[in-house]
Amino acid sequence: MSTAKKGMSIQRKSNLTGWLFVSLAVIMIVVFYFYPMLQALLLSFKSGTGMNLEFVGLDNYKRLFTDTTFRTALTNTFIYLIVQVPIMIILALFLSVLLNNSQLRFKGFFRTAIFLPAVTSLVAYSVIFKYLFATDGLVNKFLMNLHLIQTPIAWITDPFWAKITIIIAITWRWTGYNMIFYLSSLQNIDNSIYEAARIDGASATRQFFGITIPLLKPIILFTSITSTIGTLQLFDEVMNITKGGPGNATTSISQYIYNLSFKYSSDFGYAATVSYSIVVIIIILAFLQFKLAGDDK
Amino acid sequence: MSKLKKLGMYLFLSVSAIISIFPFLWMITSATNISADVTKGRIIPGTHLFDNIRNLFESVDISTALLNSAKVSVSTTIISLVIASLAGFGFEIYRSKARDAVFSILLLSMMIPFAAIMIPLFQMFAKISNTAPAIGIDTLSGVVLPTVVTAFLIFFFRQNAKMFPKDLLEAGRIDGLSELGLFFRVFVPTMKTTYAAAGIITFMSSWNNYLWPLIVLQSPENQTVPLLISTLGSAYSPDYGVIMTAIVISTIPTALVFFFMQKHFVAGMTGSVK
Repeated sequence: MSTAKKGMSIQRKSNLTGWLFVSLAVIMIVVFYFYPMLQALLLSFKSGTGMNLEFVGLDNYKRLFTDTTFRTALTNTFIYLIVQVPIMIILALFLSVLLNNSQLRFKGFFRTAIFLPAVTSLVAYSVIFKYLFATDGLVNKFLMNLHLIQTPIAWITDPFWAKITIIIAITWRWTGYNMIFYLSSLQNIDNSIYEAARIDGASATRQFFGITIPLLKPIILFTSITSTIGTLQLFDEVMNITKGGPGNATTSISQYIYNLSFKYSSDFGYAATVSYSIVVIIIILAFLQFKLAGDDK
Repeated sequence: MSKLKKLGMYLFLSVSAIISIFPFLWMITSATNISADVTKGRIIPGTHLFDNIRNLFESVDISTALLNSAKVSVSTTIISLVIASLAGFGFEIYRSKARDAVFSILLLSMMIPFAAIMIPLFQMFAKISNTAPAIGIDTLSGVVLPTVVTAFLIFFFRQNAKMFPKDLLEAGRIDGLSELGLFFRVFVPTMKTTYAAAGIITFMSSWNNYLWPLIVLQSPENQTVPLLISTLGSAYSPDYGVIMTAIVISTIPTALVFFFMQKHFVAGMTGSVK
């Protein structure tokens, strides 16, 4: 009887200790993530300038559907997403398979070089890219010297090419980062699986699609979700390379929210409504990606 | 492997490596050239590095920005490592159904885009400014506070705590250590590599953070390095040599951290997803 009682109290004490250890982190996540999420939801039903907001019901949501800038920002973000994320993931996979080749020499050099862009700050590399891709910049000079183009491309000031520049920039920054994830997973794959496949006469392509891709599926899912979330939040690059221009040709949703809140005559209420659209999109896309990847994980 | 395939492989890797490195080389050589030469497309090193450095320090207050960034990143790193590892330890060592549920809810915060919460956060800090101006808008504490604890870091410490030998704790308890004593005297020293990896990730993201400082900081004397670079980069008639020098200087801390701790960095990035 007495031992049971003692056991109880130790358990209770350990339970309390557990809560004490996690309390600070839990409080901070609640205060700085969940509480603002709730506030943003409340805000999305209000409108006005600065701190003078009043309740307007669903007006902001109605405005969202007729807002052409929002539609442009949404379209831009989806173009980045649909074009950039697959290109980057395929490129990263391809590079990681090459680097995992046991006969490859200078492996360390190639790996470090290709990973290097991932250590730069987003602002710093954006400024560098802005200059490299200027109409009189090095990229145009290089292409013209090779006679690949006759006249300089307006990388920053043409609505089409500006989007391409943003896509090239993001791909440069993040391919090596994603490659490292694949590489470390590849190194965990038992070599005998490939040997067995080779004995069975499977070609390199067949091995790639039959063994490598299925085994890397969880990590590919992980990187595609993080890349999707990252692209939906795209801000630093657009802000520093094109400023969203020309016109709104490269504006992202995050930048539009920033402009609504701090640049135009600020409307926190409507900005919060726009921001909730990203939340909804992230939830839908994450759900879809989980479904697409199948239910084996 | 056929010779042709091998050639193709090396060619592809070399081109990828060159594209990856070139912007760095250009940034470094441009820091040694005058603006006019950079515009002309000179890509070989020049002799104007010290002129550029002098011009940079004379034209903008980069030393203050560097100091601000250092204060923000170092304090963010220390505070977040302490809070997140306490939590990771708590969630893993004292497991209970209730705490596992709380942990899953915390993980959801990783899906919250910063753009969705930045306005309420701004309002929150504007309110805090009224009662405690020292931690409100336009202060470095205001930069640190909302970014200091992330669910990712808690997750990271918990994942690594799974590999922590629990027998050590029993031994410590027998020796009469308190639970907090166990954490500081047994857990922290054994998990040095985990702390190193977490520290690198946190330091880098804090040093490079742009959007929140852009919103919360207003006066020039509180500027962090990314804000300064961004302002320099959007100048109407930029001095390329000076800007590139600023970018080189701002990249040195993260580059050093990366090169000296490359192993931990990679292990840290990928370790948590295994």
